[in-house]
Amino acid sequence: MKVYTLEEYNTMSKSPEIVFWVGCAGSFDPRAQKITKALVKILHHAGLEFAVLGNEESCTGDPARRAGNEFIFQMMALQNIETLNMYNVKKIVTACPHCFNTIKNEYPELGGNYEVLHHTTLIQKLIDEGKLTIEKGKFEGKKIAYHDSCYLGRINNIYETPRSILKQLDASLQEAKRNREKGFCCGAGGAQVFKEEEEGSKKVNHERVGELLEGNPDIIAANCPYCILMMNDGVKSKEKEEDVMVYDISELIVQANRW
Amino acid sequence: MVQRLIFIAVLAGVSFVAYKKYVRIFNIIRLGKEEEIADRKSERWKNVFLVAFGQKKMFKRIIPAIMHLFIYVAFLFTQIELVEIIIDGVFGVHRFFADKIGFLYSLIINSIEILSVLAFVATVVFLWRRNLLKVPRLVKPEMKGWPTLDANYILIGEIILLIGIFSMNGADAVLQNLDPEHYPATGGIISAAIGEGIFSGLSIGTLQGIERFGWWLHILTVFGFLLYLPMSKHLHIMLAFPNVYFSRLKSRGEISNMPEVMNEVKSMMGLIEESTDAADMSAELPDFGAKDVFDLSWQNILSAYTCTECGRCSSVCPANDTGKKLSPRKIMMDIRDRAEEVYTKIESENIDKKDYDDGKSLFDYISEEELFACTTCNACIEACPVLINPLEPILELRRYKLLTEAKGPEEWLPMFTALENGGSVWQMPDQRFDWANSINQESTS
Repeated sequence: MKVYTLEEYNTMSKSPEIVFWVGCAGSFDPRAQKITKALVKILHHAGLEFAVLGNEESCTGDPARRAGNEFIFQMMALQNIETLNMYNVKKIVTACPHCFNTIKNEYPELGGNYEVLHHTTLIQKLIDEGKLTIEKGKFEGKKIAYHDSCYLGRINNIYETPRSILKQLDASLQEAKRNREKGFCCGAGGAQVFKEEEEGSKKVNHERVGELLEGNPDIIAANCPYCILMMNDGVKSKEKEEDVMVYDISELIVQANRW
Repeated sequence: MVQRLIFIAVLAGVSFVAYKKYVRIFNIIRLGKEEEIADRKSERWKNVFLVAFGQKKMFKRIIPAIMHLFIYVAFLFTQIELVEIIIDGVFGVHRFFADKIGFLYSLIINSIEILSVLAFVATVVFLWRRNLLKVPRLVKPEMKGWPTLDANYILIGEIILLIGIFSMNGADAVLQNLDPEHYPATGGIISAAIGEGIFSGLSIGTLQGIERFGWWLHILTVFGFLLYLPMSKHLHIMLAFPNVYFSRLKSRGEISNMPEVMNEVKSMMGLIEESTDAADMSAELPDFGAKDVFDLSWQNILSAYTCTECGRCSSVCPANDTGKKLSPRKIMMDIRDRAEEVYTKIESENIDKKDYDDGKSLFDYISEEELFACTTCNACIEACPVLINPLEPILELRRYKLLTEAKGPEEWLPMFTALENGGSVWQMPDQRFDWANSINQESTS
């Protein structure tokens, strides 16, 4: 198993089937790196040729734009589009709903047109095509509570694909009181993750984790690295880190298949 | 005859004042930035039918939806009767349509009466939810004072309207038996029961008096509503339709582009020819984002006037739900109140909107604490039954703070610096691919 960059592919005069957009969290945050590696394993086992941009990748600009700093957003976005277009990239997969949303919905107006998939959509496709199977057994009898991220769910209307993958894990799937289009934010979006919350009665992620823990799940599953950071923090604040694990869907597949 | 003249005079007076008041609202909406919204017409009409006319999004909360539907349908149906009232009033006739449309007339009257009873139930339930049950979203801080009074005035007005309808129809039902020549049968079942239960045994003169009282009470309350709406949150009964029509159809995930910034950055990056025009160089940098109602799209101001302060947005807002000051409803109310303040001054001092300066702005209404608490989660947008988007003005105000004033949360500065210097949200130059080291080492060893 080796991870190639697009540059390396380019020098081999080849192009990969898909580009894996790793994102800042997936690149730098130790917890989110595990999601990156899980997706690499899935792509590898499914036999999909992929490449990453490595040091040629920049932040998509999502937090800057939502903070209100359009200059920095444009700097990031235009640079990325230059790079992607230079390599003639057609298809992108990412494990971050923020990157997914920005590349899919905001880059076209700036001249970047690609087919963009969130990794849960790709995973379901690989399952449908028979390229990926999920071993049964690992999660038998476990309870998994699913958290909809805003940027995959409410903003991009992807509610059922992640659920259908989780159902194939042999566990019992729990819904939070507020789910799907009513899903409650983890508190990270809109560049909030880079600052302290304003004064209030509680933290957004504590509120959300409290709700997810109502059914005493063994696992909280999410689809966004920032949600996962927020959920982890929330679980710790409730001193439940011994009992409840927070995972991305890709990590659960890797665990199920004992890769 | 006297009644007829009074009615015509009142009708003319009300029409004149109403015209002035609604033109005023139109002008206030036009304080906003010009923007043409003329695309995807069929989708827009579909929204009007499903969301505005069809109340589709109301049904996400079933109890208020049903109660609201009672009042809404009763209101729509009563418009038919209103046409008759105006004809009767102007021409001095009684129940103009009664002997002209046959069985349809009693069908309409019965529908109106049944819906009026349901609307009465709903109005009582709404008064109870607001004042006794104190549903959380209806008693949040921004509802103190006028907004709560306004809501109650409307509900009490509705009850007065219903008293008018039933005293008119009830007395009329008894008169239909006593004087069938002047009082054609309406076939109203509920009014017949009310007539029998309350008004039977009264003299013809008294009954005529009650019928007239009900008639005048009904129409004067309707006129009152018409004139009151432009200063009330209840204006949504009219503006919901255009607001839904003009609502944004683009993907929720797409925040509107700023072409002027894009082009500036493109020329910085050498992607387009840099402008060498000397006049351009000396030109002052334009303000980015919005600091006042003039900088928002007219569509945002239309939304602000459409908002009926139901608070569904704020009740699902993660910031508001965890006790932060941000309330999307308050943002919309603030925009409306500021627009109102601006236009009142423009009106009284006869100034051009381009020269307007009272030393105040939207930031006198909306604090940074509110603005920077938004997670852009879109829950408020999902929740609004009339497709108001509070996130759009929030972002425009953030843009003004960040780009024009160079302000904003200090904790964001390291993130911005890291992005500018290294293209990542954390300052870790050239380590973006390091996560793969362990995988790639394994594969080579």
